[in-house]
Amino acid sequence: MAISLQPIKRGLAALALMGMALPALAETSVSDAWVRATVPQQHATGAFMVLTATTDSKLVGVASPVAKDVQVHEMTMNGEVMGMRQVKSIELPAGKAVSLDPNGYHVMLMGLHEQVKEGTQVPLTLTIEDAKGAKQALQVQAPVRGLTADGSTGGHEHAHQH
Amino acid sequence: MTDLLSRRAVVAGMGVLGLGLLAGCNPARGLDFKYGKNMSNEILGRSFRLTDSQGNVRTLSSFYGTMPMIFFGFTQCPAVCPTALARAAQIKKLMGRDAGFLQVVFITLDPERDTPEVLDAYVKAFDPSFTALTGTPEEIAAVAREFKVFYEKVPTGDTYTISHSSTSYVYDSRSTLRLSLGHSLNAKECTEDLLTLMEIC
Repeated sequence: MAISLQPIKRGLAALALMGMALPALAETSVSDAWVRATVPQQHATGAFMVLTATTDSKLVGVASPVAKDVQVHEMTMNGEVMGMRQVKSIELPAGKAVSLDPNGYHVMLMGLHEQVKEGTQVPLTLTIEDAKGAKQALQVQAPVRGLTADGSTGGHEHAHQH
Repeated sequence: MTDLLSRRAVVAGMGVLGLGLLAGCNPARGLDFKYGKNMSNEILGRSFRLTDSQGNVRTLSSFYGTMPMIFFGFTQCPAVCPTALARAAQIKKLMGRDAGFLQVVFITLDPERDTPEVLDAYVKAFDPSFTALTGTPEEIAAVAREFKVFYEKVPTGDTYTISHSSTSYVYDSRSTLRLSLGHSLNAKECTEDLLTLMEIC
């Protein structure tokens, strides 16, 4: 299930926490990344994942070679009305798993260059900014799931609204 | 003479009543939905006229004899629309041999970008029996008004996304609105209410 937990970096972070002579690295791990497949001529789709930062950070940008424009959106339910808006960044509090799933924040790949097919992988570059304003690029290969895939990612700490 | 007239009136009245019974599928003991909202007293979506992916004109009466479940969305919608379509596909599975009676109808709120080809491929990816309807932007706006469906374009950079109502509307086999199903209900809950509706019509 989890595809890129970056165990080595996690290990380093753990060492840092244990007081070893390492600088406190701001690291963010990505798990359960996936992209929803599209039908031909469909120009946009969503990308989903769970992000966990070791220090207070922010997701400030996403890029992908498959789409002209990549944006971060937030979906909210106001009664029966589904509201959608673009957001500039997502807060990633230290140690908290933040879920980007169809029920809240998610990444929108807009202006797709070609059909996104199930079984392929979509490269994503996440830009994470730590509390000091230092930016870091994070590469993710997100597998493409079927169009009809269940909306939820595997994040355990994420409370789904029902 | 007066006697005759009144008898005529009574016979005519009975006829009208009989027609009413035939036309409306009146529930014997009221509709007791457990999860959805009883919409029997509401009039929504009576006169829409849209086209399906093959270019055929479809109105509510096109679905006479089936139980149409109508909802609105757009194919670039990341969450609510695939979830609603996946739920509808699951409902059909749960309905078992009664599944053929349910006709899922997806009306696009984004007719400029959702071409009939994209719409058709999109809904049929969930279930080959699903129907998608579209029209001109003016026709879609009129249909949304008729269903009291809220939707608005939200600009994002040089493109847009759409905020919209997520309710599904269900009609009985005589095209009378009966039930609305909220987005938060799961497939099993929806199926229970749909089977309740099937009992009367």
